[in-house]
Amino acid sequence: MASSIRVRAVENGGVTSLKALVRHPMDSGFVKDSAGNVIPAHFIQLLTITHNGKDVFVANWGPAVSKDPFLECRFKGAKKGDKLTISWTDNKGESDSTTATIA
Amino acid sequence: MKGVLGAGVASFALGSGIVPLRVEAAASLDTSDWPKKAFSTPGVDATISELYGMEATESDKISMDLPTIAQNGAVVPATVETTLPNVTSIALLVAKNPNALAASFDIPEGTLPFVSNRLKMAETTDVVAVVISDGKAYKATKNVKVTVGGCGG
Repeated sequence: MASSIRVRAVENGGVTSLKALVRHPMDSGFVKDSAGNVIPAHFIQLLTITHNGKDVFVANWGPAVSKDPFLECRFKGAKKGDKLTISWTDNKGESDSTTATIA
Repeated sequence: MKGVLGAGVASFALGSGIVPLRVEAAASLDTSDWPKKAFSTPGVDATISELYGMEATESDKISMDLPTIAQNGAVVPATVETTLPNVTSIALLVAKNPNALAASFDIPEGTLPFVSNRLKMAETTDVVAVVISDGKAYKATKNVKVTVGGCGG
């Protein structure tokens, strides 16, 4: 199964810039479907970016984050070729995780 | 015979590929620290005090990059950056959303106080960025006009 997470991490001058795109409906719980039924809230609550076993970025997300969330962050202390792990868990207990190599 | 064996190996590889995924799901992140109450609080000031337990003062050292006019309230790009020192947390709030808090980010040591994200906005309103620097809360505000299906006026 293809991962729900697409990541690109680039190191330049000691700073790693990471861009991630996650495929997720991020239903807010305020929207109704065509039959008038409320679509239950379904959104990512927690997304972490880990490098060498240490969290370098933690995002707490609510239903007001857009569908297929995009995230960009920057951190120091990593070098080209290092591995990063990006993981998320949503309010229904679903989760996914992927590993990316810093270019 | 060789073909049959090959198919067997392939299906085994496929099967074993599913197993680690399930293990991963079982070892999913612990969301017990997720600030549930802060995510269900309407209003900017009430949400900031629920999330951080203090009031935020205005700061001109927080730069917010958001469109002045958003053609589509479902996807509003928001970038926050600050020159404030020792930042430990950044939060994005949308004043008139049913619950103001859109996202909060932990900034560990070594991570730059920069974040870019996309938000949903119910209507034209202020977007507030909150930054925790040296244990104090600072905020900056930008008004974003939402024109869903309009002509950008």
